Amino acid sequence: MTTKGRYGKYGGQYVSETLMSALIELEDAYGRVSKDPQFARDLAALQTEYAGRETPLTFCPNASRELKCKIYLKREDLVHGGSHKLNNTLGQALLAKKMGKKRLIAETGAGQHGVATAIVGAALGLPVEVYMGEVDTQRQALNVFRMELMGAKVIPVKSGTRTLKDAINEALRDWVANVRDTYYLIGSVVGPHPYPLMVRDFQSVIGREAREQVMRKEGRLPDAVVACVGGGSNAIGIFHPFLADDVELIGVEAGGEGIETGKHSATLCAGDAGVLHGTLSYLLQDEHGQVLPTHSISAGLDYPGVGPEHAMLKDKHRVTYAAVNDPEVLDAFKFLSQTEGIIPALESAHAVAYVKQNADRFDKDDIVIINLSGRGDKDVAEVAKIQGCL
Amino acid sequence: MGRIETAFTTASIKKPAFIGFTVAGDPDKVTCIRIARALIAGGTDILELGVPFSDPVADGPTIQKADERALTAGTTPDTVFDIVREIRKESNVPIVFLTYYNIVHRRGIERFYREAHDAGVDGILIADMPVEESEEVCTVAARCGIDPIFLITQTTSEERIKKISAKARGYLYLVAVLGVTGVRDQVSDGAIDLLHRVQKHTRLPLALGFGISTPAHARTCARAGADGVIVGSAIVEIVGRNLKNPDLIEQELQDYVMGMKQAALSGQ
Repeated sequence: MTTKGRYGKYGGQYVSETLMSALIELEDAYGRVSKDPQFARDLAALQTEYAGRETPLTFCPNASRELKCKIYLKREDLVHGGSHKLNNTLGQALLAKKMGKKRLIAETGAGQHGVATAIVGAALGLPVEVYMGEVDTQRQALNVFRMELMGAKVIPVKSGTRTLKDAINEALRDWVANVRDTYYLIGSVVGPHPYPLMVRDFQSVIGREAREQVMRKEGRLPDAVVACVGGGSNAIGIFHPFLADDVELIGVEAGGEGIETGKHSATLCAGDAGVLHGTLSYLLQDEHGQVLPTHSISAGLDYPGVGPEHAMLKDKHRVTYAAVNDPEVLDAFKFLSQTEGIIPALESAHAVAYVKQNADRFDKDDIVIINLSGRGDKDVAEVAKIQGCL
Repeated sequence: MGRIETAFTTASIKKPAFIGFTVAGDPDKVTCIRIARALIAGGTDILELGVPFSDPVADGPTIQKADERALTAGTTPDTVFDIVREIRKESNVPIVFLTYYNIVHRRGIERFYREAHDAGVDGILIADMPVEESEEVCTVAARCGIDPIFLITQTTSEERIKKISAKARGYLYLVAVLGVTGVRDQVSDGAIDLLHRVQKHTRLPLALGFGISTPAHARTCARAGADGVIVGSAIVEIVGRNLKNPDLIEQELQDYVMGMKQAALSGQ
């Protein structure tokens, strides 16, 4: 075990030999740009002029009244494209250009990362191919159309469980075959080193802004920061700048139909150590090490693994990880829509649901920041279908 | 001297060796044992058994499907060890496992290697374990008398070829293509270049695999000086084509291996 790219015992680079040279090249390139002021300026300009940063930290008077604590939303739903995903794709696509790569590939679950990759591909002039589980292409047909509209090619993945995990498998297979000119733009803090580090760095803009904003508005740090966790990129992005502070950090996983039913994606709550997609982390697996099928109402959380840094933060008890089930998520989806006129992505609604369910833990002066990682427009048709309205 | 080294250095293998791969438990335990028998009867010098995994990212569609069939049939590491024990009752052919790290990690490295050794396994290759992460596995392997087999690919740098050659035992598995496992039309110039590049750094036997399926491929590899040719997907395709007829699988495999072995020898 190397010490490189480790979070405690987690992380590492468990990939086939063909990819090692690409990872070494990527590490070197990222090491260089992360110290390059010009790269930082280019990225900051894109974040401001193109992505629409900084995003607001919105105080929610109605939700605060109902839940009897001070609720703030970090509005990543307002980032261009409708979610936090663009923070990462802008950074990585700029890096890919600097490395002279000719083609971007990506995986996507709900389609948000695929859309964010299609956006940067169009904006920076790089062709994009997105692997998406066949099941997800049906659940999120609108996002397939959005990607194609922006010139990306969407490849439905028909192997395995035909969801996010299999989309990553297929993207890795593509990368192995085309490693010399292709950049694999991973969408979360998963995969082999340096991806978890790089994606965290690009997403930490969320937490840096939130920390400054809450200090400005309230003159103090929040009592709690809550974010949903699938792979864990929006969560690590908002948590990271608060890690050294006395702030409670809560990651909310997809309990699906309930952890006891086995139909869930609550990796940190119900999994244990294992290796998938190049990293040692928590994993949902059977007694022999076969990866288990997962379930969540939100395609974006439907993943049996999780970022290795979350695994370490769980073991160190620095972050509390909990799970909420599909019905509570649907309630929260409606709750935020009705109280504040903000429709959350089903992923982000997990964080809202946790706060709603645990409101009695907070006093009326307690400040709770919820990372609203994405907007819910993409989910409206699915929710209407579940409620029998379509 | 381990069974693998003996096989390469003594007359028991007329070089180049034919290394045949099948997925353990595909399509079920009983048929798999018959498949192994047929491969050995046809002249397989080293038998590679894939331990099936739910997410085989280094494999193309043919072997993915075989993994699925094996898992659907209920194959576990215990089944795979059983299969090895059955083969060992009648053959001394070296047996090498190909697997993914989570299968080993889940069981515990020490336990997996110990049980593999006790069943009669000679070498283990973990497809998603680069040399940088392999220290613990190599230590355990040495203690258990298992050869750690490593992949070298066209993208492996000279520096890493040296590092890998220093850790590897048994043979080096040279990946003939950029990409996943699966049948290809021809052996690329890149594969032959790779063979010559690695020859400079090691005395370990060098076997070429990925994309090799026809007698012409085997001859090309032999002429270029390969110590072994590895065939996986072509064998698994024969299995997959004849799932309802194990007799036919046996017959076809035996004929196929004989043809490949002859072609390889004629290229020497």
